[in-house]
Amino acid sequence: MVEAEIYITLKKDLADPQGITIKRALEALGYKNVEKVGMGKLIIINLNCDDKIEAEKQIRQMCERLLANPIIEDYSFKIK
Amino acid sequence: MKFGVVVFPGSNCDQDCFYVIKNILNKPVEYLWHQSTEINNFDCIILPGGFSYGDYLRAGAIARFSPIMRSIYDFVEKGKLVIGICNGFQILLEAGLLSGAMIRNENCRFICKYVYIRVENTNTPFTNLCKTNQVLKIPIAHNEGNYYIDTEGLEELKKNNQIVFRYCDKSGEVSKIHNPNGAIDNISGIINKKGNVLGLMPHPERSSEKLLSSTDGLLIFKSIINWIENKL
Repeated sequence: MVEAEIYITLKKDLADPQGITIKRALEALGYKNVEKVGMGKLIIINLNCDDKIEAEKQIRQMCERLLANPIIEDYSFKIK
Repeated sequence: MKFGVVVFPGSNCDQDCFYVIKNILNKPVEYLWHQSTEINNFDCIILPGGFSYGDYLRAGAIARFSPIMRSIYDFVEKGKLVIGICNGFQILLEAGLLSGAMIRNENCRFICKYVYIRVENTNTPFTNLCKTNQVLKIPIAHNEGNYYIDTEGLEELKKNNQIVFRYCDKSGEVSKIHNPNGAIDNISGIINKKGNVLGLMPHPERSSEKLLSSTDGLLIFKSIINWIENKL
């Protein structure tokens, strides 16, 4: 069994309305040095697979087919 | 001719679409559960608005893998008509039947109000009864209507006249201040290159009766009927 942590973020050149709103809220709380906030998703998958390379291959495929939308999102993952 | 209204778990505008087709336009219409795959005897399939699969992951991302969607690819290939309204538009984008993607509204709010849209292309199965640059008053109700496409894709849409509707003001002026959600180039509706798949964020089924203060939405449904019955 492996555990994969998948991070999905909006592409860098896209406006991130949630990130901007969070940044404003942090500023309102007095954190004046917040330069940028990006909001994304964390997906955790427990996979019945002992081969790390095979797990990586599967997770990558899952990201490309469903978990991320390549038009607007980037993904990265860690396998533990 | 016959309409089919697809029902996904979480669709909530399916009954409104059904009602408009059946009770206002008096045309045959059937509900299609998302697990059905027999759709060949229909002429136009409506993917209605709502929150299919709770909008989990991304709006439309899970619905696109419903069994009916496999049949819809063939249906589109055959040149038959598909219209995706709001969540239906989001599903068509996720399915790759239309280009681009939706991100969250610029102001991070769910927007539910009447807007004006300008008809940019009247030479489509969905707008053939509209006048060039006609302004329609149709409501929107969405959280992810901020349409995005890369520069290259946008040029392609423009080149092929695929932009069908743009947000505007009452007089038809398209500008940033009349853009409710941040959509690129004020886009509120597009068609595929072949011209038989339309996606739009505004809800024509919510503006098809005088009681609801606008009947402009009817023009879209009537255009579809005109197109099919007169084999334009």
